[in-house]
Parts: sequence; C-alpha cells; structure tokens
Amino acid sequence: ASGLGSDVCYWSMGDTQEKEGILPERAEEAKLKAKYPSLGQKPGGSDFLMKRLQKGQKYFDSGDYNMAKAKMKNKQLPSAGPDKNLVTGDHIPTPQDLPQRKSSLVTSKLAGGQVE
Amino acid sequence: MFLKFSLHSMFYGAGGGNDIQWCFSQVKGAVDDDVAEADIISTVEFNHSGELLATGDKGGRVVIFQQEQENKIQSHSRGEYNVYSTFQSHEPEFDYLKSLEIEEKINKIRWLPQKNAAQFLLSTNDKTIKLWKISERDKRPEGYNLKEEDGRYRDPTTVTTLRVPVFRPMDLMVEASPRRIFANAHTYHINSISINSDYETYLSADDLRINLWHLEITDRSFNIVDIKPANMEELTEVITAAEFHPNSCNTFVYSSSKGTIRLCDMRASALCDRHSKLFEEPEDPSNRSFFSEIISSISDVKFSHSGRYMMTRDYLSVKIWDLNMENRPVETYQVHEYLRSKLCSLYENDCIFDKFECCWNGSDSVVMTGSYNNFFRMFDRNTKRDITLEASRENNKPRTVLKPRKVCASGKRKKDEISVDSLDFNKKILHTAWHPKENIIAVATTNNLYIFQDKVN
Repeated sequence: ASGLGSDVCYWSMGDTQEKEGILPERAEEAKLKAKYPSLGQKPGGSDFLMKRLQKGQKYFDSGDYNMAKAKMKNKQLPSAGPDKNLVTGDHIPTPQDLPQRKSSLVTSKLAGGQVE
Repeated sequence: MFLKFSLHSMFYGAGGGNDIQWCFSQVKGAVDDDVAEADIISTVEFNHSGELLATGDKGGRVVIFQQEQENKIQSHSRGEYNVYSTFQSHEPEFDYLKSLEIEEKINKIRWLPQKNAAQFLLSTNDKTIKLWKISERDKRPEGYNLKEEDGRYRDPTTVTTLRVPVFRPMDLMVEASPRRIFANAHTYHINSISINSDYETYLSADDLRINLWHLEITDRSFNIVDIKPANMEELTEVITAAEFHPNSCNTFVYSSSKGTIRLCDMRASALCDRHSKLFEEPEDPSNRSFFSEIISSISDVKFSHSGRYMMTRDYLSVKIWDLNMENRPVETYQVHEYLRSKLCSLYENDCIFDKFECCWNGSDSVVMTGSYNNFFRMFDRNTKRDITLEASRENNKPRTVLKPRKVCASGKRKKDEISVDSLDFNKKILHTAWHPKENIIAVATTNNLYIFQDKVN
C-alpha cells in the first residue's frame, strides 16, 4: 500500500493498539477498490440509501408486455431467472413471475411438529 | 483469590451474567436444511410478564408460545413454552399506483401491557401496523331452542318446550382477531414500532419519518419526525430504529445510518426535527475508510429497563450510552472484531448490511446480541466478562450446559476454537429476546427458535 513510509511513525508505543485497527480496514478498502475500480468516491452508504428506499419497486409496462406477447405469438415468454429483482431492462414480467398469493392456511413450522 | 477466579472461569466459561450456566431448553421449527423463505424468523418478543413469547416470520405469520405453569413437583426446570396461538398477520400486497411490492414479512412485534383477560400486540410489516387481540374461549353456550348443537336451524314446529341456554366448558380455544389496522401513513419502509409508557399512543418509524398514533384511532396519525430532504439527491442518512423512553411519555430516540442517536422531547414542539440531545461518538478522520459509514450504521436501539441508559448495535459492536452524556458511549463491547479484516468479502456478499438486534436482561446487568455461525454473545456489564454461545441442535439435551465457543482470529488455532474463515455467514442470529424477569432467553436462527435457561439446581 502506498504511504507506508508515513505510517511508520504510527508503530510507536502508546498508540499501537488503536492504530493497528486502521490497517485491516484500510487493507480491506484497498482490496475492494482493486476489484471494483469504478466504485464511487462517495463514502460507502449513500448509494445504498437510495437502493434501500427503492426496495420493492417493480416496474411493468403493459405496452412492452403486449408487444412482446404479440411478437412471441405461440412461444413462451421468457420467464424470470433466479434474479426476480430485475427492475427494468430486457425482462418483461409475466403473470407467472408475479409472486403467488400464498395460502393463508400454511401453518408456520414453529407451530407444528416440535422437535425437542 | 485470583487463581480461584480463573479456575472458575475455565470450567464454567468466561462469565456472562454472574457465572450463569446456560442450558438448552427447547428448539422449535423444522430440522431440514432446505429453508423455505416464509419460515425465516424476522422478530422475537416476550410479553411484559414473560409468560408469552411471540415470533413473526417472512411469510407474515405470527406464532405465540405460552409458558406452562410451573409444576410444583418438577422443580428442576422452569415451565416449557408451547404453542398458544398462530395466525396470519399480514398478506403480500401490491401497490399499483406506485408499482411497489409490499412484503408480508413481520418486521416487529410489540406487546401491550395486559389490562384485562385478553392479550394485545402490535405487528407491522413494511407499510401497515395491526393491533391484534388474542383471547381465550373455554366455554360455549349450549341448549338453544331454535338451533341444533351443530348450528343447523330446527323446524320451529318441532319445538314443544322452552329451555334456557347454559354455558358449558369446552376445550380451550385461543382466537386472534385484528382490532385495528393502521395503514397508509408510511411512504417508506417501517423499521420500528414502540408503545408509549402512557399505553395510549405508539410510534412507527420508517426510513425518513416517524409517526405518532393513538391506539384507538386508525384514520389519522401525527408526523413527529421528518428528515426527508427537499431534494432527494441530498439524502445522506436514514432512520434505522426508534423507541419511546420506558418512563417518560414525552421522550423518544431514533438512530441513523450514520451512527448517531437523537433524543427528542415531544413537549418542545409538534414536529421534533430538532433534537434535544444528539449522541455521537467522535471519529478520528484518519481512521475513515470506505466501510466506516456502513459499519457505523445503527441497526437497533434499546432503552434499559431503568430508562437511564440506552444500547445501540452497529455492525461490529454494542455500545451503552448514558442519557446524560452525549459525546461518547460509557461502555463499548466488541461483538466480532475479527470481522474487521474481512470487510471486503462481507461487503461483496452483502453481510455487511445485516441488521443485528440487541437486548437487555431484566436487571440491565447483562446485554446480548447475535453474530454469525449461529453464535450469540453476552456481555456482563458488572464483571466485564463476556461469553460466546452457539444455538445448535448438537446440544439439544435438556439441561445440557452450553459450552462457550471461541473464534480464533489469527495465528494458531487451539483445539475447539473455530477460525474466522470457517464461520458460516449464512447462519446469522439477528433476533434475540430476554425474559423480563427470569434468565430465560429466546434466540432465533434462520428458521428455528431456541430457548435457553440458566441451570436450576
């Protein structure tokens, strides 16, 4: 890591315990930036706030859906892959992708067949 | 004296509540490893007496367990918790206007103190809070004149005598019914609900706003905190948790994603945007990294029973704050400091965003929180000793004392220690609860609920 020369003074007595704590975190940060160079300069957190606020957002365009259906005619529409959280893009949601309305009659396993 | 002390620790584990020996008591839930998403436990809460224990799950269901009355003869253990009631609290919804999928996952359950024969609790998902009444029925009327016992109506011409219906005992039936539905007050996702000490009002908090409700009134609520910026581009922090003070009905706190806690007094103004106190531990700017803000985000805030302290949980630690001191916590406990050198991978697998809760014991002397690998930690505030225990079916003989666990951060791993790289990060204990009076704890793994008790001789 760069700047190690300037860190040398941190190894003096007294402060070592506290300063040793920075190095693992900074090392981890360097690892992350090496893997994802495009990661913003913003401190980690801000991007996630927006993502957190948008949780649950699912966009559906009836025009796209009907066009895709018309194009496909008899063929099956592509169904959602493992990532059902695709918000926009190539995937056109289909009725099969929508979460099934769960039966209210399914009892929680905590309430049945207790294993002691 | 010192030698005796350390030998004691060797045999019984390094403290955790005046050398309490924690024993396995019960485990609820399925054994299979293939966990259905609906079965993921999302909240655990004892009621005020500790007699009832409620769990909520991702499937929107609530299961309530009741402690059986102590058998006078069997004094070697406290009563077991058995299923008392279970019901579907919330259903999945879709908000068509906003194209928003609303999960039925129960985020929080809070019990009301008991006022009459029935029990009441509040349960909430991301958008809607519900007040549930749980009542017992142990007798039913029999001997109607116009109805048969099975409910069919009798032919009136066959009725020749009149009788007075009487109540006869029946098998206990526990019924849950929704008494109030508090909806349409939150644009963002509800993370907390907290009942006021006046037992008439409660607050609900989402990412940007906190609302005050009256338990009897569902068609309006008062907004008491609003941190939404005029321009959403300027958004820098969100509300992560909120709680009313246990004794002062005008005081509440809310925590943020930046590691701050604000205490507000509702007497000061209608909109509590200006805090009365701001609790924040100063950070050395030279220590800052990309991860600093994320790991400082507070995932839970809990007042002590006394009301004098509050506890916060961030990714790596638990902090105890004295309400009279804003500039730093009075106690800090490291939950799993060894994860600091794993932050890169924890960020990549999203674990760094896991929201751990924390809780106090009844006397505020010990605090508890969860970790990974189905480990959970307890910190004794008086002895300053801590202990790591594991919720696992391997120890499931009742009254088996749990063996303390240890994670080896670096260097040579001793026998029985587990290395950081062997930890299972999918096995997280996010939710724990401590009985208000006894040393009985409920610990939720992904889909199982463990109950542990201290050893009763």
